[in-house]
Amino acid sequence: MSLLSDHSRGPSLRFGPPLLAAAAAGLLLGGFALAFYWAPEDADQGFSQKIFYLHVPIALTAYACFGWGAWKALRLLWTGERRYDLESYTAIHMGVIFGLLTLITGSIWAKVSWGVWWSWGERQLVLFLILFLFYSSYFMLRFSTEPGPRRERNSAVYALFGVVLIPVSFLAVRIAGTILHPTIFTHEGADLPGEMLAAFCVCLAGMLSLAGALYLVELSGKRIDASLRELKELLA
Amino acid sequence: MLVTGPNGSGKTTLLRLCAGLYAPTGGELDVDVPRGSIGFLGHEPLVYRELTALENLDLYGRLYRLPERRERAGALLERFGLWRARNERVATFSRGMLQRLALCRTFLHDPDLLLLDEPFDGLDAEGVELLHAELAERPDATALVATHDPEGLASRATAQLALT
Amino acid sequence: MSAYAADVAALARKDLLLELRARDTLPAMLLFVVSALTVFHFALPDGSSERAETGLLWIAIVFTALLGLSRAFIAEREQGVLDGLVLAPCDRSAIWLGKTLGVMVFLVLAELVALPAFALFFHPLSWELVAAVALANLGIAAIGTLLAAMAAASRARELLLPLLFLPLVIPVVIGGVGASVAANPGSFLAFLGLYDAVFAILCWASFEYVVTE
Repeated sequence: MSLLSDHSRGPSLRFGPPLLAAAAAGLLLGGFALAFYWAPEDADQGFSQKIFYLHVPIALTAYACFGWGAWKALRLLWTGERRYDLESYTAIHMGVIFGLLTLITGSIWAKVSWGVWWSWGERQLVLFLILFLFYSSYFMLRFSTEPGPRRERNSAVYALFGVVLIPVSFLAVRIAGTILHPTIFTHEGADLPGEMLAAFCVCLAGMLSLAGALYLVELSGKRIDASLRELKELLA
Repeated sequence: MLVTGPNGSGKTTLLRLCAGLYAPTGGELDVDVPRGSIGFLGHEPLVYRELTALENLDLYGRLYRLPERRERAGALLERFGLWRARNERVATFSRGMLQRLALCRTFLHDPDLLLLDEPFDGLDAEGVELLHAELAERPDATALVATHDPEGLASRATAQLALT
Repeated sequence: MSAYAADVAALARKDLLLELRARDTLPAMLLFVVSALTVFHFALPDGSSERAETGLLWIAIVFTALLGLSRAFIAEREQGVLDGLVLAPCDRSAIWLGKTLGVMVFLVLAELVALPAFALFFHPLSWELVAAVALANLGIAAIGTLLAAMAAASRARELLLPLLFLPLVIPVVIGGVGASVAANPGSFLAFLGLYDAVFAILCWASFEYVVTE
């Protein structure tokens, strides 16, 4: 059951990327237009609040990627089909990219709103820092283990740990706020008037499409790499 | 069954596949024998260097849920000529003694399926005799023996598999 | 059920016996933790709060645990014995549980030295601190053992284990320090209990996949 056979899988890999990319472009452009021109300005923060339309969709997309990666990891452990390894790896790779963007946009927002590049009181940022460190270690794990079933399984188990870590860390950072790092700054996010919510949803859909498109592109690239390697080994 | 072939032909891989230590990357492998009835001898003796011979066999006896593990361990050590070294740390053993201890570990739980990878490696003439005797006492067990020197067993082999 | 417990007991016993013979890991942990506490004294400027000192105790515990964990699978790795354990008919999770219990024993022994040393060097202990340390031991040992097995399969083992371990242990540090200094330690202790339960179950269930192919 070599990976060579996997290329027969799915027209989704042939039509998916262009469709998703088009959807992403459309949704993102539309979303940002809505955000900037249509949605009202926030009473407290003014124009700087607009970063919210970028930052939170990116954050939620990162969570979605990590969740997708963990799901594929679970499938790998369950069925033993090796193709899930690449899918899990690619999803987590996407998650880390979006996670890094979350940290960057969050930092910019903090600077614009409160004048500091980093705040330990900003729970989302701290949570993402922990996750970013965790998933970066995922890559260290993969780089330093020889390719093969052992690496696939270890990566899958670690990916599952990650997705369990998300709520645990969320809780931890929350209770830490009460004594360790008093929450000085907050972002209002709970009540969004209709127009803001609509614009936000469009941006979110756009980000998810973007992540999906990148995921499919990178996945097919990785699969080709893997097939190439297998061919070389067979010929050698 | 004898598995022969030059170095690197995959004898070790085959045995490890049968033992369940490797998972097949393609195709299927059906081994109907439960783990507790497989006796595996690989290139490593699979014993703890800092424990004594008896303690190692006692550990494996516990893990394989043997009812009279002390007696079985003692009997095997005697049969392989290691009784006098039973309370010595394995770290002090010679290569030949290590191989004999590994054989004790392999036969400890009376396995139905024997997977032996180069079992004569490191054994002196006496050790070879002892192994032949042990194998002769277990005619009902299935044995896959990988070796690059099949002379001694060729007479007893019911089948031969030559890997290239 | 009792066969499982017997397996776990046999494996834990084996680890403690090995340490008794070799006597390298535990003395190193003891010496390390006292040295670390000494270094921390010099790292804290005059007038540092008791809270800062307590925080540093938790650092010492985490890194002492790392030291011990890096040795957790060393016998199995160097002598290839893990194959022997995997071949045995016992449940692979028993290997994890036996090893975890062994690690916990080491941790407790190290803390029996570390906590009095801390009280001597810095300030007296509270029962909440001790309770938090006891709870944290399980979480640290549980995830540490599994991660040590993962790292053992890689090329850069000594580098990899701390990297895998530290992000996962952040919630433990939060819970532990919080329980030690907060006005209401209850919620932090409960959180530590939750962490232990969740990750212990996860490790127990997934260890099989880490040691087999």
